[in-house]
Amino acid sequence: MTTEELKIKISELLPSVTFEEDGQWLNVIADAKDWLPFANSLRDHPELHFDYLFCLTCVDWKTHLTMVYHFESTQHRHIVVVKSKLDRNKPEIETVSHIWRTADFHEREVYELFGVNFLNHPDLRLLILPEGWEGKNPLRKDFEDPVNMVKL
Amino acid sequence: MYRETQIIEDRSTVSPTGVDLEGADLVINVGPQHPATHGVLHLVIALNGETIKKVEPHLGYIHRSIEKMCESLSYRQFIYVTSRMDYLSSHINNHGCALCVEKGLQLEVPARAQVIRVLMDELTRLASHQLWWGAMAMDVGALTPFFLAFREREMINDIMEETCGARLTMNYMVPGGVMVDIHPDFQRRVKEFITHFKNKIDEYDELVTGNVIFQNRTKNVGYISKEDAISYGMSGPSARGSGVQCDIRKLYPYEVYDKVKFDEIIETDGDSFARYMVRMKEMRQSLSIVEQLIDNIPEGDFQAKTKAVLKLPKGEFYSRVETARGDFGVYIISEGGTTPYRIKFRSPGFSNLSALDHMARGGKIGDLVAIMGTLDLVIPDIDR
Repeated sequence: MTTEELKIKISELLPSVTFEEDGQWLNVIADAKDWLPFANSLRDHPELHFDYLFCLTCVDWKTHLTMVYHFESTQHRHIVVVKSKLDRNKPEIETVSHIWRTADFHEREVYELFGVNFLNHPDLRLLILPEGWEGKNPLRKDFEDPVNMVKL
Repeated sequence: MYRETQIIEDRSTVSPTGVDLEGADLVINVGPQHPATHGVLHLVIALNGETIKKVEPHLGYIHRSIEKMCESLSYRQFIYVTSRMDYLSSHINNHGCALCVEKGLQLEVPARAQVIRVLMDELTRLASHQLWWGAMAMDVGALTPFFLAFREREMINDIMEETCGARLTMNYMVPGGVMVDIHPDFQRRVKEFITHFKNKIDEYDELVTGNVIFQNRTKNVGYISKEDAISYGMSGPSARGSGVQCDIRKLYPYEVYDKVKFDEIIETDGDSFARYMVRMKEMRQSLSIVEQLIDNIPEGDFQAKTKAVLKLPKGEFYSRVETARGDFGVYIISEGGTTPYRIKFRSPGFSNLSALDHMARGGKIGDLVAIMGTLDLVIPDIDR
């Protein structure tokens, strides 16, 4: 599907989305509260069929956090990037680990590094960091650690 | 310190004394120091008799927060750190990063550099698969293959040492091309290696692939369906063993991959033996790519002219390359400065590992190493 067709299809699914096209792929900006039904339809719509979540990450923009999901369809071979703005003081978004199972580990990683709370995640615990790191989020821009961090 | 797990809690509710033998679950720890985990990976395994109920990987023993580190490194410097992630495919990691920076700078790489890069990538893939083959055979009880694999891998390491100056963390790819030109002896030694390895790979097959004991250990073990493999985000040879078409070199060709002839190897059985066969056949494909290119390295520059300090324009850049383990992604968000604002490495091992629980569940504890062996885990790649 071309970018234009993707835009039409996606705005049919969720009229409130906005698009950005300056990047490599089509960027879809969706609201966090619409995320779960929207994610379901991205996966299940036969013409979209985004079944491969190849990158899930988060960016700290100092004023807010942005979740970034990279999707690819292994059937149609189109790629879309979905972004969702989160409140920096209380970042919350629905989990998608039951739709794409790879999100289970990736969301746990984002949880510990950025402090994003994934609602209804089956097992939201620290994955990489050792215990005692709850609440400290090393990949946030204001994170300071005088012991372990070497400033270059 | 040991981390409390869900499994341990379950167990304490079942048997408060810990010696309830009837129907009691056994929890065992594999690693962090265990030869079969190929690094510092810690698995907590819940068992019912010999049957695996759950496998829980505990990560982070060599987490260095490379993503945070890269935020304060310049676009020339950060590439060197990425060699330390997947140390068996360090060339390909560097390649992915270089491609991403070039994408931002809209830099054209000279033809000579492109061919050298692909040659190095494929030699790295061969070396990585050789190590995997030796280690995999060792995991299931055959010691000799490990020494045979290292004999051939040593030849590649020597070639790398001569041209790049290092044997493992080469740091040879830079934005705009490669760091130095190839050694005058490079072509001769690679050709020597090709003739040597062509016979040896048949020996590999004779020794291990056709072995009845090996086939019994790996067939119908660790099955994962195509749909599940995609859902778990698996990529590379591990996913191609389940019939997923996911070779980035074929789907989104970079450098000269669209000009060389090679096949994407796909097996449909989805078990450990299928994943094993994918890698064995891939070695032959890589060898063929090296053979096609080694006499056709064009003359010219090995590096494009770049500024001393690189500045990427504001925006987002994503590049994908196929490492020996799968789909490696570099995601750079630039604010227009000399360092990245945020960088994310999508490592193939991380997603492949997440499928381990699914593959091992219901199987026997003895099969776990056969499953892990064919996932080809490199722990620094997972922890980053």
